[in-house]
Amino acid sequence: MTNTTEQKQGFVGGTANYLDERLGLGAVVKGFGRKIFPDHWSFMLGEVAMYSFVILVLSGTFLTFFYQPSMAEVHYDGSYAPLKGAQMSIAYASSLDISFDIRGGLIMRQVHHWAALLFVAAAGLHMLRVFFTGAFRKPRELNWVVGFLLFLMGMAAGFTGYSLPDDLLSGNGLRIIDGMIKGIPVIGPAVSSGFFGGEFPGTEVVARLYSLHIMIVPALIIVLMGVHLMMVVIHKHTHYSGPGRRDDNVVGYPLMPVYVAKAGGFFFLVFGVIAAIAATFTINPIWNYGPYDPSPVSAGTQPDWYIGWLDGALRLAPSGWDVVIAGFVIPMGVMVPLVVSLVFLALVAAYPFIENWVTKDKREHHVLDRPRNAPTRTAIGAAGVTFYGVLWAGASTDLIATNFQMSLNQVLTAMQILLILGPVIAYWVTKRACLSLQRKDREMVLHGRETGRVVRLPHGEYIEVHEPVDKYELWKLVDFKEYEPVLPRPDARGKITVGNRLRSAVSRLYFEDRIAPVSKAEYELAHADHAPAIEDKPKSKRKQKALTK
Amino acid sequence: MRRRPWAAGLVVFFGLVLSGGGYAAATNVVQSDIGSAEQIDEGRKLFLANCASCHGTNGEGAIGGPSLIGVGAASVDFQVGTGRMPGQASGPQLYKKPVQFTDEQIAAMAAYVASLAPGPAIPDEEYLRGDGDPTHGGELFRINCAMCHNAVGAGGALTEGKFAPSLAGVSAKHTYEAMVTGPQNMPVFNDTNLTPEDKKDIITYLKYVEDNDSVGGFELGSIGPVAEGLFTWIFGLGFIIAITVWLGAKSN
Repeated sequence: MTNTTEQKQGFVGGTANYLDERLGLGAVVKGFGRKIFPDHWSFMLGEVAMYSFVILVLSGTFLTFFYQPSMAEVHYDGSYAPLKGAQMSIAYASSLDISFDIRGGLIMRQVHHWAALLFVAAAGLHMLRVFFTGAFRKPRELNWVVGFLLFLMGMAAGFTGYSLPDDLLSGNGLRIIDGMIKGIPVIGPAVSSGFFGGEFPGTEVVARLYSLHIMIVPALIIVLMGVHLMMVVIHKHTHYSGPGRRDDNVVGYPLMPVYVAKAGGFFFLVFGVIAAIAATFTINPIWNYGPYDPSPVSAGTQPDWYIGWLDGALRLAPSGWDVVIAGFVIPMGVMVPLVVSLVFLALVAAYPFIENWVTKDKREHHVLDRPRNAPTRTAIGAAGVTFYGVLWAGASTDLIATNFQMSLNQVLTAMQILLILGPVIAYWVTKRACLSLQRKDREMVLHGRETGRVVRLPHGEYIEVHEPVDKYELWKLVDFKEYEPVLPRPDARGKITVGNRLRSAVSRLYFEDRIAPVSKAEYELAHADHAPAIEDKPKSKRKQKALTK
Repeated sequence: MRRRPWAAGLVVFFGLVLSGGGYAAATNVVQSDIGSAEQIDEGRKLFLANCASCHGTNGEGAIGGPSLIGVGAASVDFQVGTGRMPGQASGPQLYKKPVQFTDEQIAAMAAYVASLAPGPAIPDEEYLRGDGDPTHGGELFRINCAMCHNAVGAGGALTEGKFAPSLAGVSAKHTYEAMVTGPQNMPVFNDTNLTPEDKKDIITYLKYVEDNDSVGGFELGSIGPVAEGLFTWIFGLGFIIAITVWLGAKSN
């Protein structure tokens, strides 16, 4: 029987059948092919990060064919004239060869570097999307943590790669890391010595960073990415609210054939954008920086953007407050930025659990929040973004000063003040803006859109005609949950614990100021009362009736 | 043995010639070629009309400006030739602006200031041609200049509003003069610190960097990773988001 069907199926069908009978692919394709994904532009940011990573692996593999991670000294004999005869490490010489003497080497290096910047940027933006829409809520808390680790790994991959060319810029970056490690009390010097194989810069570190960069970190990224995607399959994708979109379904298109085609095309679009940028814009011109030498530090020495906030933390830390304990100096200019950034990262990683501790919400959430409908979370996010943003800008104080003709010292002081005040202002403004937007939404649901059309009624009264919002819009405006602050309650032993009090205080912070979604009763009341005002052109009467029903 | 009375004088004389001549040879303070009397006179007139209110009627310095005795012709040629002098307003540092005088006028003022006391002269053409060793020049540049002026001379910040200007478009002569005179907040790199040959190499390196566009494409101001990061976020990610919006809109 198979024989006859194979003849009729042709080549593709025949191959598919062959594989299905031996590997059972049919069930897999059926399962995955019918997987539904909702469509929205903001759902594609993670995809951009993933594609950038694929491009990184492809271009990086090319680079490994020519790069040599050795710190042994040679005299450069390549084709870049202003370095001819200069003494440098083999690592730097081979990076220069990739840039000048290997066909296609420079474009591959630039593709690799631009893709790296885009990888972390897209991952960061994806993370912000997930945060502001509340996509991290049950059941996706763990996937948030996996995503967070992926972001950290992206930073690690970037930094280890930044240090490989062994030029002056990357050497200065490593020197700062060396300084930070040495600043850690007690264990610092030993850890630094172990990492660099002796005193900085030593002769080992490039080879070690290379192992990290091409094996350990990418392997971790691949594993974490696998877990990340598997959890997306297990949880199913979230969707924005709309008619028919509930917490127990997914509305969208199947993977086969819609998303396979779309995603495949999208990969090439991302690749095309990166290739176009890499072909037209220089990135990290290592030949300008020269070979690493511990004495010079060039102006404009900055890390790549994703490490910038840590560099900014170091720059913004005030000097002259070191603590001396029994003759040992605790360098606060290093310790405070280190501790502050670790606490910041810990808060980011733990946020889903913090919010859940406040709401004690055990329901599964598959419909996303509009940011305005979770004012406090959105405000916390805005404060966090501001904090991060000021630290990030702090890494370029010198460039801000020169390019805008300001005093470096004043820029620094302004940033220090902004670092403390900025998040507070951002929190307050965002929260108020969200609450106002919610009020506007309520108004819209209850009274409709103001049309500007003023009508005189038979008895002489003038009214402005309000047009009711359409059904799809209406769904978006009313479909969210309202939380209320909890009061501290005595437990079984009749005591109010400290944790309980704290939770109630935080809960008040979250939900004391809130706008309730319009209830069905309110809606009906508003539309019964204001019936004449909301009456519109005759043709939309049917819609109107359907709504009030 | 009786000493002749003039013997002591002779010893002192030779001693002075030796130490003075040796010192002059070692520091290599180039006595600027003194201009003609008319040129110096012309320069003095220009000086009195344009500079004396800050630098004093005899270039001895006043409240507004430092003494110019001993700064040499190179200093005048740099400061006036780049438009920094006459200064427009006091501040942390003077900016480059359109040159206010003709070449003859600048030469006259330079001759006048050089006539006040010996100082660094306007450099010889042989050091300015840019035919030295760019590798050595690049190395010297990274060690001595890049910490303020950036690895390719794009400029950088100093404290309290002072700054190291961009070296793009600065002539070889002015670069050399800046090194020997140390204008404004720049240190002096005299000839024992960097020999004229070293300066020639640095000029060669800068010339190479300026004449050869980056092989990688547009340079984004050569200011390093900050420009690259901004570009990634604004144009790279901006363009990608435009694509996602387009792809997302297609289905609806």
